[in-house]
Amino acid sequence: MLPGRRICSGGEEALLADVARGFARRDFTARAALAPTAGAAWALAHYARHGAILASGHDPLRQLGDLPVAALRLDNDVLTVLRRLGIKRLGELAGVSGAGDDPGQEAAARDALRRRFRNHRSPAANPLLRLDQLLGRVPEPLLPVTSRPIPMVQRRLMEPIRHRSLLDRVIEDLANAMIRVLEARGEGARRLELALWRVDGEVVQRRIELAAATREASHITRLFAARLDDVEAGFGIETAQLRASWSEPLSLSQSDLDAAAEDHDTALAACIDRLTVRLGPKAITRPVARASHIPERAQGWQAPLAPVPPSQSALAFHTRPLKLLDRAELIAVLYASPDGVPQRFRWRGTVREVCRVEGPERIAPEWWRERSTTRLRDYYRIEDEAGRRYWIYRQGIVGDGRGGVPDWFLHGLYA
Amino acid sequence: MPFTPPKPSPARVLPARLQEARWRPGLADHPFHSEIFASAAEASGAGLALALARDALTSCGGDEEDTRQVLWVQDRAAIRLGGRPCLAGLPPDLHHRLIHVAAATPEDALFALEEGLKCRDLACVIGEIAGNPRALSFTASRRLSLTAERHGVRLWLVRLDAEPDLSSARMRWQARAAPSPPPRWNPAAPGTASWHAELFRARAHAPGAWMLNDDTGTLRPHPYLGSPDPDLAAAATTPDPVRLARPTVGRSLAARARA
Repeated sequence: MLPGRRICSGGEEALLADVARGFARRDFTARAALAPTAGAAWALAHYARHGAILASGHDPLRQLGDLPVAALRLDNDVLTVLRRLGIKRLGELAGVSGAGDDPGQEAAARDALRRRFRNHRSPAANPLLRLDQLLGRVPEPLLPVTSRPIPMVQRRLMEPIRHRSLLDRVIEDLANAMIRVLEARGEGARRLELALWRVDGEVVQRRIELAAATREASHITRLFAARLDDVEAGFGIETAQLRASWSEPLSLSQSDLDAAAEDHDTALAACIDRLTVRLGPKAITRPVARASHIPERAQGWQAPLAPVPPSQSALAFHTRPLKLLDRAELIAVLYASPDGVPQRFRWRGTVREVCRVEGPERIAPEWWRERSTTRLRDYYRIEDEAGRRYWIYRQGIVGDGRGGVPDWFLHGLYA
Repeated sequence: MPFTPPKPSPARVLPARLQEARWRPGLADHPFHSEIFASAAEASGAGLALALARDALTSCGGDEEDTRQVLWVQDRAAIRLGGRPCLAGLPPDLHHRLIHVAAATPEDALFALEEGLKCRDLACVIGEIAGNPRALSFTASRRLSLTAERHGVRLWLVRLDAEPDLSSARMRWQARAAPSPPPRWNPAAPGTASWHAELFRARAHAPGAWMLNDDTGTLRPHPYLGSPDPDLAAAATTPDPVRLARPTVGRSLAARARA
């Protein structure tokens, strides 16, 4: 297949013969064809005689019309549908799709075909799209498949090692080698996988993920050192392998020569890596706003260095507490004012008098997400006699048909 | 090889340049390790820590906007008692630069605090540890102080429901909530955050008590002058014993606060 117009000297036939000769020299059997589009070339190579050429000036349907519809690179079930419809050749499909003279009939026929395959988005399931690609009405860029080997370094040890100090030295060596590999590619590692083969065939695997692309051997060594405490060496480790299964471009930069390196401080990404290795990836997070009115859902937690999604800013007249309890805690209302706001309540064993109140701020349940029996919440900001400021809510109102007497909860603490 | 004197710690350089006997908001010489004792049933500790941190960052930093991150470390007990920081309730300039660490144990929290203090890209570190865990000994607090002073990152450690035991923190506060000033448009509503803060140990300042108010992000003394409550008025005016103030030298005041 050779789409495009670039023809070397000697003409198209000579080019095809050259291609066939080249494959034959390597003992490959090849069928070559030449066409302006990739789809047409594929169809000709698979279903036409050997060495077919569709010049760019020719009418493609005249030459391709006799080919079976399978030449459109379609899935098997779509071919079955077309066979049941009685469409066997490309020309018939083109006739149904209305490449004729009457524009009105053409539009109606195309419309019928599009409606039948309207749910089929992928080109392999949509004959109309494939036909357009074949005729060059829809662009179909060819993406080259390039293989990118994963950066990998490996050490086979002469003697199986059983001691931690030796293992640390091997890993330092591996990290230095990996840094050289990554430097040559202009990349930094985001995920590193360490595999240790033991003499008895067991493989111990450790994996670390880094918050930002890095190419610092001491940092990698230190992170792995924290993960190697529970490695059982058994009769010894004979092979160690380090792979960077996820790497990102990282340009070469000047090494630290300034005072920052002297004081041994760390960059933010390195600090987060160290915390992640010891505390686990769930422990280090960044709060981000989510689109929801329910307070506990209005805030999500994501990886600290991931980009923050854009969000609508909150309304300025809603004063939210500085801290939100993970679970709202039930409070016992001892005495309530006539409009239902607690005057005295007990929380965590102490009775508090409410001096000032602001509210309610009513937050209705999200009906598209929750059951119909979920009750609404009326939030109040309160301040007690000592000046402690809380965010409390009443779950439901009397007579809403979703339960009995509504309960009161304490949800947040103001600074 | 010629002898080069070791680089003096910033904590030793700063107070010598500017020493003021009486603490007030907006001073430039903020210590690198402060402790705030507060009850876990209120957010006064975290609120005062944030206010002090913002006060320090604005008075020490330049005019350009600070984009460095703030690390907030909590151990599990602190999260259970006091909850996690709520994004919508934070000061607006902190919205996009808060990193939260939920440590399972006090040991992990101390590790996270120390790693945060070693990081040059952080504006400050705020920690919350509940109670008096065995891990937070005098040695551990000394470690934190030295790390903070060496790397120049400030730490405010909030101790929830804790006894003021031995510690090497340069400033130690006792904080509790105070009645807030009534808002202008709705006097029946709670006002801006206010605290009663007692400085019971400081290296460069005399101890004292203040009513502090977080007025739209700036820390200022409480506007309760002329309040009918004599206690409030006395605390708000903060009679300044200029002649009496002396920097505490040598003797820790922790023992006195416990008595």
